Amino acid sequence: MGRLNKSLFAIVSQREVAPRSFLLQLEGDTSAITGSGQFVQVALPGRYLRRPISVCNVTAPQDLGQADNLTRTSGRPGRLTLLYKIMGAGTDQMATMRPGDTLELLTGLGNGFDTSACREKALLVGGGMGVAPLYLLAQELLAQGKQVQVILGFNQASEICLEDEFRALGVEVLISTADGSRGVKGFVTDAIKTLAEQDSAGRSTLNAISSDGSASPFVDGQTVPYDYFYTCGPMVMMKAVCALCPTEGQASLEERMGCGFGICYGCTVATQDGPRRVCADGPVFTKTQLGW
Amino acid sequence: MEKQINHTASSGTSNCDLQVRLGDMTLRNPVIPASGTFGFGLEMKDVFDLNLLGGISLKGTTREARFGNPTPRIAECREGMINSVGLQNPGIDALVGEKAPALRAVYDGCIIANISGFSVDEYVDCCRRADACKAIDLLEINVSCPNVHGGGMAFGTDPKMAAEVTAAVKRVASKPVYIKLSPNVTDIVAMACACEEAGADGLVLINTLLGMRIDIRRRQPVLANKMGGFSGPAIFPLALRMVWQVAHACSIPVIGCGGVASAEDVMEMMMAGASAVEVGAENLRNPYACRDIIEALPRVMASLGISNLNDLMI
Repeated sequence: MGRLNKSLFAIVSQREVAPRSFLLQLEGDTSAITGSGQFVQVALPGRYLRRPISVCNVTAPQDLGQADNLTRTSGRPGRLTLLYKIMGAGTDQMATMRPGDTLELLTGLGNGFDTSACREKALLVGGGMGVAPLYLLAQELLAQGKQVQVILGFNQASEICLEDEFRALGVEVLISTADGSRGVKGFVTDAIKTLAEQDSAGRSTLNAISSDGSASPFVDGQTVPYDYFYTCGPMVMMKAVCALCPTEGQASLEERMGCGFGICYGCTVATQDGPRRVCADGPVFTKTQLGW
Repeated sequence: MEKQINHTASSGTSNCDLQVRLGDMTLRNPVIPASGTFGFGLEMKDVFDLNLLGGISLKGTTREARFGNPTPRIAECREGMINSVGLQNPGIDALVGEKAPALRAVYDGCIIANISGFSVDEYVDCCRRADACKAIDLLEINVSCPNVHGGGMAFGTDPKMAAEVTAAVKRVASKPVYIKLSPNVTDIVAMACACEEAGADGLVLINTLLGMRIDIRRRQPVLANKMGGFSGPAIFPLALRMVWQVAHACSIPVIGCGGVASAEDVMEMMMAGASAVEVGAENLRNPYACRDIIEALPRVMASLGISNLNDLMI
C-alpha cells in the first residue's frame, strides 16, 4: 500500500446532474491516483466513517494548463472529479458543500482497472452511478489506441449521467432505460444484445478470444464486437453482464467499508481464490476470479 | 525474565521518556494498534514507519481459516461503529508460518498474537503453536468467542470458563499470556480476578460491546449478522471505568483499550491504571492514528508536567 495519501482537497464546483446525483470537482494532491477504477475515502465532519466514492476523472497538474491560485498546496494540485448519488447521511451532507469548502480525502485506494487485458476493442457497461469509474477508463483505453463502445443503463431518462461527457470523447454510446424513456427499453443486457444484432447486419466483427481460449465467441449466435468488457453498477447487473458476455472481463465492486485501505476486513467478497478485500484486493476483479 | 524489546525512543522533547514497563517487558511507548484494526501489520509498512509503535496486536486468529460473516459487516454510529467481521483470518498455521515472521523481519517491537477459539482445545492448540513461534512476543487471548461445546455462551461471560481457558493456555505457553476481556458482563472485576488467579500474566480490556443498528428505510438490520461489536469514542468512558476497576483489583498489568483516539486518551487510560494502551477503531478513520498519537504524546506529557509514563495510576 505504498500509494496511500491523506490530504485536503478544495471544492472547485458541485453540480446536480440528475435527481440527487452530483458531479463534484475537487482540487488537491491527486498524485496517489494512478489509474482508473480506483476510489477515494471522503471524511465528512460529524460522520464517524469515511465514504468510499469511485474516481470518475482525474487531471494531472501538468494537464491543467495555467496553474491557478485556488489552493496553497506546495505542489501544483490536480483535479479530481467524483460522481455520486445521495444514499445516506454522509452523501446528503456532501451535497450541501460549496466551492471553497475543503474535504479530507484518502487517495491511492483500490487496484483499479487493468487496461492491458483488452487487446483492441473494449465494451464498457455501466449502470446507475456505476458509470462513474468507466469515464476515466474510456480515456485511458482511447489513449492506448483501443476502440471503446459504451453502454449506460438507468431506470429512466431523467437519471442519465455522463452521456454527453462520454460522447465528447468520441466513443459510441448506447443508452438503456428500464422504463424505455430513452434508448433501448430494458437493461444493459438488452443493449448488449443489440450490439450483436447490429453486427450481424454487416459491421466488421472482431475475432475475439473467449475466456476458454476459443475463437469467435457468440452472443445469441452472433459474434461480438469486443474482446474484453469492463463493467460497474449494481451487483445483479454486473452478474448478468458477466453471464451474457462470452469474453473475459472485469467488474468493479462496491461494499460497505470500514477502513477502505485493507486492514479491517469489513468489505470481504468471496472469490475463486478465497476471501478478498473489495477495498484493497479490488474493487476490480475479473469475471473468472468472481466465478460469475 | 527481563526482556528489552525496544530501543530508547527518540521523543523529540528532551525531558520525556515514552518507554513503559509491561510485566517483564519494556515497550518503546505505550501505543499498540488493537487486534482487527491493523491487519497483520505488514499491510501498513509503507504507510508509516511501523517501528514507531510500542507493539502491534495482530488480527484475531483461529485454528482453521475462517471466511467470516456475510456482508454488510460494518455499521456506522454517531461516535463509533459496529463490526460483525466474524474473525475472518487465514488460520494459525498461516499466522505462525508466514504472517508473524514476515512482520518480525521489518518490525522490532512487541508482536502480539491475538488468539480466538470456540473450544478450550482450540485455544490450547493455537497457543501452543503461537508460543513456539519466535516472531511472537505475547499471546493475547480473546475470550469473547462463544463456547460451542458449552452452550454457545462466550467464554468471557463466565469467570469459571475464562479461568479454564487461562489455565489451559498457561500450561502450554512460556511467553506472557494476557486475557482480553469482554465488557458484556455484569462484573468485570470478577472476570479479571478469575483470570489472574488462573495464572494470567496480564489483561487487555475491553473488547467490543454488543450492539446493533436498524436501517429505518429498509426496515432491516444494517448488519447481515444483525448484531456486532460496538467500538469507538462512545465506549471510552465504559472502557476507562473497567480499566480503573480492574487495575485497582488486580496486581497483574492491564492494557487499556476502547475508544482511544488521542494522546490525551492515552494519558487518561494510564491514569486509570493501564500500563499500555491499544488503539482500535480510530485506525480505520485515520491510517496514521497511532503515529499521530505517539508524536503528540511528548507535548501532552509536557503540558501535564509528566516526564515518565510508568506508575501514573491515580
